[in-house]
Amino acid sequence: MGRIVLESVTKKFGNTEVIPPLDLTIEEGEFVVFVGPSGCGKSTLLRLIAGLEDVSSGVIKIDDNDATDLAPAKRGLAMVFQSYALYPHMSVRKNITFPLRMAGLSKAEQDERVTKAAEVLNLSDYLDRRPGQLSGGQRQRVAIGRAIVREPSAFLFDEPLSNLDAALRVGMRLEISELHKRLETTMIYVTHDQVEAMTMADKIVVLRAGNIEQVGSPLELYHSPRNTFVAGFIGSPKMNLIDGEEAAKYGAHTIGIRPEHISVSGSEGPWSGKVVVSEHLGSDTFFHIHGTGLADTITVRVDGEVNFKYGDRVYLTPRDDVIHKFDAEGLRIG
Amino acid sequence: MATQHSRSVARFMLAPAVILLLGWMLVPLTATLIFSFKKYLPLRGGDLGWVGFDNYVRFVSSSAFWPSVMATLTIIGSVLVITIILGIVLALLLDQPMWGQGIVRILVIAPFFVMPTVSALVWKNMFMDPINGILAHLWKFFGAAPVEWLTQASMQSIVMIVSWQWLPFATLILLTSVQSLDREQLEAAEMDGAPWISRFWHLILPHLARAITIVLLIQTIFLLSVFAEIFVTTGGAFGTKTLTYLIFQRVLESQNIGLGSAGGVYAIILANIVAIFLMRAVGKNLDS
Repeated sequence: MGRIVLESVTKKFGNTEVIPPLDLTIEEGEFVVFVGPSGCGKSTLLRLIAGLEDVSSGVIKIDDNDATDLAPAKRGLAMVFQSYALYPHMSVRKNITFPLRMAGLSKAEQDERVTKAAEVLNLSDYLDRRPGQLSGGQRQRVAIGRAIVREPSAFLFDEPLSNLDAALRVGMRLEISELHKRLETTMIYVTHDQVEAMTMADKIVVLRAGNIEQVGSPLELYHSPRNTFVAGFIGSPKMNLIDGEEAAKYGAHTIGIRPEHISVSGSEGPWSGKVVVSEHLGSDTFFHIHGTGLADTITVRVDGEVNFKYGDRVYLTPRDDVIHKFDAEGLRIG
Repeated sequence: MATQHSRSVARFMLAPAVILLLGWMLVPLTATLIFSFKKYLPLRGGDLGWVGFDNYVRFVSSSAFWPSVMATLTIIGSVLVITIILGIVLALLLDQPMWGQGIVRILVIAPFFVMPTVSALVWKNMFMDPINGILAHLWKFFGAAPVEWLTQASMQSIVMIVSWQWLPFATLILLTSVQSLDREQLEAAEMDGAPWISRFWHLILPHLARAITIVLLIQTIFLLSVFAEIFVTTGGAFGTKTLTYLIFQRVLESQNIGLGSAGGVYAIILANIVAIFLMRAVGKNLDS
């Protein structure tokens, strides 16, 4: 259960085409992340799958049944919203049982499922509180609980962690990943945060302006981005993209080199420039280097021990074996 | 920033408004209280001295008193029910995206800007007139005998006029509340398999509860003093004599200022009892 197939799905709002014809297959039990800059259509795509928006053309199949014109409730999907969308005047228990009550389940069955979900999500102590009395992370868990009890064939998450603070976000990220391992249900997760995408996904779908730029596992995307957009979007800090003469030496229009694949020395290396900003994270240090004549800024990621100050002249050596080459259209060569 | 100095300046600045309001309220209130303990008949001897609680006893024991209380409550109750139910319906309809939304909203609000006297006259002469009224023509068109609204169904007619006036107010308050409902909640409920009626019952109505209480509170206080609509249409005949209207009759038609003032004091007490209950209801609502 939980195989979702999109066949040449399009979406127009008035005359603006938000999603040009798009094909995508999401396999059973996969954790798929839609990632892209804001306005790339990733949330719209999720809402199309959920049925909250109607497709302009194309077919959506859920478990091999045509679900294109099916009402959202009939698709067997559960969604967790960005704002959590909890019902404010109902207790946590009532919130979680709401879909069950709507489905007309017996009281005993409802209780059983709530108890189970509350245990999984550590909510047992809060069942009689109102959403207003909970913290952000707890509300998030209630929203997930409301999705779990329906035992859907797939979960849809719409930027669920963007309202949480950084520490909680890391925690919830792990919890959702664990939940996926335990439930083995298909999950589709929308985010603009590529760290979330990289850490959680089995499969990442990179979107730009409604187009799928690349589909692949996190490491596939990291090691062989299909074009410069994906290259720049996946990986943190961003990949350095270098045009012009230096690229021509490698027989490409543009070359890309990740910050972690450049070594820095105070004395020798083919490229040189001045340190403008150095960010010390403890384990790593990021140097932003200007005046190399290659690109505005070259970012380098080195071990936390290396220490250069503002204005220091440094020499950079790229690792030739991991240089990405792109042609004039920005597509990967070789 | 609330230093001693700025606080005293604030008090000084507030003083004119507070003094004006207090004067506005206290002077008539005191006058009413004083008159209510006097036998005061301007055309029949003027001030005839103190009479204790005579006026209070006479006002309540008059045969017109209880019917007037009932008429007041009937008008308030019916208008509240009509405006709140129709207000919710209209608010939900106006919330839908549609062509010409701005104009439609202004049109819906328009009746609220018509003065009560004017709207009552318009209703009386243009709608409810048994010969020339639009409703009479409508009835005749279907072959029915025109209804003499203000004599045959006087209470219903007044409720209709007053509801028409207050519906925009209820709609407006409820509409802002409907608009503040989180769309994602409705979508979540839709995904949870709740049909429209459940979404209305479990999400929209609880969300509107606060707005409904506010409409209740404000309308009740204003409806207690409905006067122009009755004065212009039935003149208090055919069972439409409210407490306010009875007081008016006692003071101006019977020229008995003492008796009318006693009625006024009853009205103040009644309004305050209602206000206390409603304040509590609102307070409870705001707490949760």
